[in-house]
Amino acid sequence: MTEDAPIRLGDHTITRQEILDFAREFDPQPFHVDEGAAGKTHFGGLCASGWHTAALWMRYMVRYRGGRKQSPQAGVSPGFRDLKWLKPVYPDDTLTFYTRKTGERESRHPGTRLVTMENWADNQNGERVFSFQGAVFITDDGQTGDQSPSNATSV
Amino acid sequence: MTARDNERSIQVVPNMLWFEDFPVGETVRFGDKEVTEDEIVAFARDFDPQPHHLDHDAGKDSILGGLSASGWHTCSMVMRMMCDAFMLETASLGSPGIAELKWVRPVRPGDRLHVIRTTRSARRSGSRPEMGIVEIGYDVRRQDDATVLTMEATHLFGCRPETEPSQ
Repeated sequence: MTEDAPIRLGDHTITRQEILDFAREFDPQPFHVDEGAAGKTHFGGLCASGWHTAALWMRYMVRYRGGRKQSPQAGVSPGFRDLKWLKPVYPDDTLTFYTRKTGERESRHPGTRLVTMENWADNQNGERVFSFQGAVFITDDGQTGDQSPSNATSV
Repeated sequence: MTARDNERSIQVVPNMLWFEDFPVGETVRFGDKEVTEDEIVAFARDFDPQPHHLDHDAGKDSILGGLSASGWHTCSMVMRMMCDAFMLETASLGSPGIAELKWVRPVRPGDRLHVIRTTRSARRSGSRPEMGIVEIGYDVRRQDDATVLTMEATHLFGCRPETEPSQ
């Protein structure tokens, strides 16, 4: 079996303000919202909520799918396994987001199949900061689920 | 490092919860979050702009059957409920990850979410004795008690110092 090649989804340089804005709304632990408190922790400084990193991966995944109209049956996920926050993400870090298809199988939803993939982010030093084993429903015509507008309406 | 080092690295608050305060088998209900359409669409525009998170008609055509929150949004709302309920009063040292997460049912505008957490396991770190590793299962439910999300998370919590640090 040949392995699918990794796809580079995009790069994102995360700002201090973005980190604070996300954390104040969803994850106001001291090391995500308070520079002074963060400096005293084992993180050594303010760092992004892990859910912020995950949400940014999603942004670049959706952006990669691009302007192509997506089938309404595609793009939904039942969940994931083995999500790892491997290293802190600090202000001004540049993350590069990746995905790689690892498998495909029948789905319980009519008209769809389930694709599994490995997803991750590396920082500017080439260190892996985040990874998870994802899954997404696609249309069962063997396409990626990213359909042209004419195909999408025929599903 | 020793447990005493936690005095320096953890922001101590009144009635602080430490590693020892998460006994295996303990079940606690927390959170009450009403999900609004504005929040769903705002999060989706920023992070997950797929049609079923932005638009009622597109949502209806999807396998979700209607406009629903991005799964990552639900995760983030759960994180906020955790912070409001206990995490900001806990000697939290972050999380290395989530063993498994299932988006069981769609979360829709008007849903009210609460969470039931159960401590699965708790052990002290071998390499960092001032820290404990706690695995907690989360069952996120809506107003009719139907589960919308389940998650098995790992948390790192500071151990209680021999003498409680001054507040």
